[in-house]
Amino acid sequence: MTIPYSYVFRNLWTRKMTTLLTAGGMGLVVFVFAAVLMLDAGLRKTLVSTGTFDNAILLRQAAQTEIQSGIYREQASLIETLPEIARGSDGQPLVSKETLVLVNLTKKGGGEKPGNIVVRGMPPMGMALRPQVSVVDGRAFRPGSSEIIVGKGVHDSFEGVEVGQKLRFAGREWTVVGVFDGGKSGFDSEIWGDVEQMMQAFRRTAYSSTIVRLQEPALFAAFRDRVATDQRLVLDVKQEPLFYEEQSKSLSTFISILGITLSIIFSIGAMIGAMITMYAAVANRTSEIGTLRALGFRRSAILAAFLAESILLALVGGLVGLLLASFLQAFTVTTMNWQSFSQLAFGFDLTPKIVVMTLLFSVFMGFVGGFLPSVRAARLEIVDSLRAA
Amino acid sequence: MLPKLIFKNIFRHHLRSALTIAGLVVAILAFGLLQTVVNAWYAGVDMASANRLVTRNAISLVFPMPVYYRERIKAIDGVTAVAVSNWFGGIYKDQSFNNFFAQFAVDHDNFFDLYPEFITRPDELLAFKKDRRGAMVGRLIAKQHGFKVGDTIPLKGAIYPGNWELVVRGIYEPKDETTVTRQLYFHWDYLNEEMKKRFPRRAEQAGVFVVQIADPSRAAELSLRVDNEFRNSLAETLTETEKAFSLGFVAQTEAIVTAVKIVSFVVILIIFAVVANVMAMTARERLAEHATLKALGFSPGFIGALIIGESVLLTAIGGALGIALTFPVAAAFKAMMGSMFPVFYVTAHTVALQVAAAAVVGLAAGLLPSIRASRVRIVQGLRHVG
Repeated sequence: MTIPYSYVFRNLWTRKMTTLLTAGGMGLVVFVFAAVLMLDAGLRKTLVSTGTFDNAILLRQAAQTEIQSGIYREQASLIETLPEIARGSDGQPLVSKETLVLVNLTKKGGGEKPGNIVVRGMPPMGMALRPQVSVVDGRAFRPGSSEIIVGKGVHDSFEGVEVGQKLRFAGREWTVVGVFDGGKSGFDSEIWGDVEQMMQAFRRTAYSSTIVRLQEPALFAAFRDRVATDQRLVLDVKQEPLFYEEQSKSLSTFISILGITLSIIFSIGAMIGAMITMYAAVANRTSEIGTLRALGFRRSAILAAFLAESILLALVGGLVGLLLASFLQAFTVTTMNWQSFSQLAFGFDLTPKIVVMTLLFSVFMGFVGGFLPSVRAARLEIVDSLRAA
Repeated sequence: MLPKLIFKNIFRHHLRSALTIAGLVVAILAFGLLQTVVNAWYAGVDMASANRLVTRNAISLVFPMPVYYRERIKAIDGVTAVAVSNWFGGIYKDQSFNNFFAQFAVDHDNFFDLYPEFITRPDELLAFKKDRRGAMVGRLIAKQHGFKVGDTIPLKGAIYPGNWELVVRGIYEPKDETTVTRQLYFHWDYLNEEMKKRFPRRAEQAGVFVVQIADPSRAAELSLRVDNEFRNSLAETLTETEKAFSLGFVAQTEAIVTAVKIVSFVVILIIFAVVANVMAMTARERLAEHATLKALGFSPGFIGALIIGESVLLTAIGGALGIALTFPVAAAFKAMMGSMFPVFYVTAHTVALQVAAAAVVGLAAGLLPSIRASRVRIVQGLRHVG
């Protein structure tokens, strides 16, 4: 015979203040736990949507990032002739030879806070190879001009990048003619312009990287082998999504380790809170427990009722924490990715998996916090507890 | 009478008090560690000297400047010394976090004169200056990787392609806790020679110039003079104090620092909820007692003080234990994280914050229950069945 759930529920309802404080503490822990998972998921989502398996990226051997890399013009021309590369309707190879630099911009919100922003020079082909990107305000830059377009992330968080404004770097003025939406990809944190103009302004003779569209993703292995065996190309080739995943590995690891450590430490505090509450609940209801036992409820039923109460308490906290965390989806975080040494904007992403994990986490806290008090309740002797009244 | 009652009250519920104190210890400890992590973020900033300026390319740090700028800067009145420093970005063993340390190619003859906070042995410094492939390594990385004088360190160049082999000629020690010793310094001349052979276009270039000035109060003026010197040239410069330069780095990752700061206060909120709950429960259970005290003639203020006092005493014990534990735990954390946080120590400011947090929690958590208890009507309280 089990104790009805309404008993469990009403016990929490009667002691509103205590329930509120205990569940509130747990809710805060769950909030932190969920926030970190969401941030990591947001980072992954951003990087996954930055690359596509249709494309491959070529860098100088041993270069870890596009900034460090260099590809000579001869090498780039040679790449265009490789047979695995797809060709457009006009027979042109789908290859984008690009140059990357970092410029310093000031973050919005005062205080002269600088951020390194990627400026990517690309031929017209560059936009065609990234179909997820679309210009949402103004227009695209004209090839052969000192015009630039800025990603939404840059536009939202940095000064001086409104359409019509001019940025000064490399001894030139660059006019912002448009804002583009990278579909929540890493490109949102970049500025784009014409590759030949950039190379001239920065006095470069080599490209940074080359993006190619393969005829089909399955040809990647063959393409990689061809590049590796060609003595004239001393280049590494990677599939785009894998490249971008590598780029953020240390940032992602850092966020997960920090978050998990914090959640564990904080949850100790919240579990202690639940334990105190449940011990008090048992102490206050000693005679009630005696009555229940005298009525014929078994020890296991008492144990289950108190455990259920604790878990319910934690679940309430978990739901509150999750609700609070879901509002975080409106925010974007802009921080430096150490590996690429540039700013990356990404959001909080609440996935179904995170919802399940968070609720399991709160159930776990409720179980651990309520276990010992429930055992104590179940162990009470009928006579003693009835006498306690 | 009051202290005695408070003391006795605490020990009435052994288990509850012990649990509350345990929770407080965890929270205050976590708060202290998080504050220390935030401080560690600013490691380079504390080390910055007021009489050093850093000149970099105005576009951004990744662009170099012609090395002949060094002589032009040195000629400016008020500048006492200039040293080149290039970020090398080589990979030791693999790309993992644990094997990461910074390497800089610097002017070997005067760099260590500019940084008196690196304590060197004269014989080692001399050996370093004489050996073209020589390197000086910081105590932290020497300890972590077991580098000894005479060892060869192989590095794979990510920015400067190729395999590089450097020989440890000396190990420098930190002057105090704020000094970062996670760097390796080697000869800029060696780097430049190799670049001349392999990539002539990339030779004769400097990453940043460290500029020593005689009078720190002239920092702003001299920064401007350096930048004016190269205005409208191919590589315009941006000069700022070393502190501003380091703060710029921190600002790049500010979002993370802010998040850690916010979270460190969340833990205080969590423990506040726990302690407030404990005090509310305690006050409710003792309603009859408080009414009795009132009936005996004790003032409402006395009863209020009884509860606030208990709350403050609980947090004081928990807080004191938490603060005491912060030091060994921080030391263990530092050892565990290796070179991730080169500077990691608990500051007096952190301890002050911990004390303040504990005091606020103690007072705030006891406030509402104590007001309620002091207002209890005797008749109602005596009728109450605990």
